[in-house]
This record gives sequence, C-alpha cells and structure tokens, in this order.
Amino acid sequence: MNRIGGLALLLLSAIWMPAAAQEASIGKVKNASGAVFAERDGVRRALQPGDNLTQNDTIVTQANSAVGITFADNSMMSLGSDSVLALDRFQFDSTTNEGRFSSRLLKGTLAVKSGKIVQQTPEAMTIGTKAALLGVRGTEFVVRAEESQ
Amino acid sequence: MKALKLIPILALGVFLTACESLKPNVVVVLPEQNGHVGAVVVTPAVGGSATVLDKPYAAVHADAGGKPEAVAMDQAKVDKVFGQVLAARPIPPKSFLLYFQEGSDELTAESKPIFEQVFAEIARRPAADMVVIGHTDRVGNLLDNDNLALKRAGSMRDALVRRGVAADVIAIAGRGEREPLVATADGIAESRNRRVEISVR
Repeated sequence: MNRIGGLALLLLSAIWMPAAAQEASIGKVKNASGAVFAERDGVRRALQPGDNLTQNDTIVTQANSAVGITFADNSMMSLGSDSVLALDRFQFDSTTNEGRFSSRLLKGTLAVKSGKIVQQTPEAMTIGTKAALLGVRGTEFVVRAEESQ
Repeated sequence: MKALKLIPILALGVFLTACESLKPNVVVVLPEQNGHVGAVVVTPAVGGSATVLDKPYAAVHADAGGKPEAVAMDQAKVDKVFGQVLAARPIPPKSFLLYFQEGSDELTAESKPIFEQVFAEIARRPAADMVVIGHTDRVGNLLDNDNLALKRAGSMRDALVRRGVAADVIAIAGRGEREPLVATADGIAESRNRRVEISVR
C-alpha cells in the first residue's frame, strides 16, 4: 500500500511540476494577422489566436500586421503594424479586483480599453512612451509613439 | 529649368502632409459605447505638469523633451491614423447572469435558457475563453461568502466542462459579497445577489 501510495504521489508531482513551473497567463491573443511575435528572455515565438501571454512578454508586430489581446481583468489592447509593446507588470486579484498593469509602447500604434483593475483603482494602469507616462482613469483611447532611440 | 523650380514646392508639400497626418507621439481619448468617457492623465517624461484628457477626442501631441500640446482630433482623423489598430480590437467581453435555487447549486428555471445562450456566445468568438465569477448576498461573514462564491463558480465551471467546454479556457473567481447587484444592509438575504456571472471573452 505504501509503495502504491508513494508511486501515486510521484505521479501526481510529475503532473503538478510543469504546471507550477509555468507562469500564469495574463491574457489571451484573440486575433492576429500578418507577422506577430512575443519575445521573452531573447526567445521569439509567433503568436496565434488562443495563445496565452505572461508578464514580461514583449509583443512585436511587423509591417501590415496587427494583434488583439484580452487580459485577465477584461482590459483589451490591440497593436497595429510595426509596433512594440512591453508587458512589464500585470497583477490582478480576481476576488478584490485590485491590481497593477504597467506596459510600455516602444513604438507603433496601440488601442486600449481599460478593465477591472482601473475600475477598482483609477490610474493603476499605466502606459509609458518615450515622451510621456499615461495614467488610465478608465476609458478607451489610442496612442501612437515614435521609435525609442 | 521649369522642373528645378518645382522641386522645392513638391518637397514642401510632402513635409506638410507628413506633419498633418503623422504627429509622431499622440494620445486620443475615444467616446465609449455607453456614452461614459473616463480620462487619461498624460505626464511628460521630462517632468512638469500633467494634462488630463477627459472629453471625447481630446488629444495631445507629446514630443520627447517637451510639454504636451493639445491637438484637434475628430472621428475622421482618428479613423485615418488609427483605423488599422482599431479594426484589430478584440470583441468586448459579454456577461451572462445565472441565479440559483436557494440552498442548492441548481439553476433557477429562468436561468436555464441563459446558460444555453452562453454556448452560442462561445461559438461566435475566435479563441473564446471565459471567467466564471461567483457572488453571494450579505448573509454570513466575508470569508465564508468568498468560499461560497468560489464554490458556486466552480459548480458552473463543472457544468460547462460537462457540456464540452475545455477546462483550460475557464477561469473561476469568487467576489463574495463585494459586488451586490442590489445594495442591502449586512446580514440580509437577497436572492438577486446569489448569482454567478459568466464573462465570455
């Protein structure tokens, strides 16, 4: 019995380990056209609808490309062609709706609709550009940024 | 000789067009579907006072190293400059409210057809995922209600999975008594607050 119990525990931990090692999904790609990638620790992966994103992913689109993402707090972003968006920090407590969402638009065009994080805590969502920091109090808006030098 | 004279005029034309359509750094607040307009606070990277944009199509042009300047924007200009990125916006999440028979995880008769509508919504969306959020009334303490809310959400997730929705596209959350549909004093039983919200996105 003990041996079987031990084996079961081993099997369980084998199932659990990869899940524990994976970082939590902060959002999902809903649409992607053209060449769209996520970069993380120097590794680039092509993005398709249904793919999950995690904190510290940088989203990159090439010419004639676009991507739409819905985040865990129901905030939404889309990126147009030749754009780079760094998802620096995303924390969301689905019980209290408290959280932080910080990203940087390094270049390109971005459309944003804020979600529950901002509804709970105005300005807890920020978008940095080379020129300015945008604090979101709850709205839909668009941004274009020139390329960072 | 004639061709030479034309060159500066052509160059000026290109320059003006570039300025008109290509302010390199610009932020524009859009009107929302429900008429509500929030605000974006623009703080220059070089420091200095922040500009609050809180009207539809309020916009600033912010150059690195400069103070944000107001820019006149309207729907036509936004469509011209941002048309491509706006077309890529995801479909906004849609919420469904389901109510439970008292003291059970069985849906009320009225809520059963709503549950069916959820499947139609999932089918309509590319790469659909959903969050199932449990809510309680204000009978009992906060912690117990958090647990009850999560239990209600879990039972609806199980129902979705039994009907063929992949478990890995369903997240559950329990909001407890924090978000009542009908405001009540603490300790009051209110059936309209004993609900689960399924947000399909």
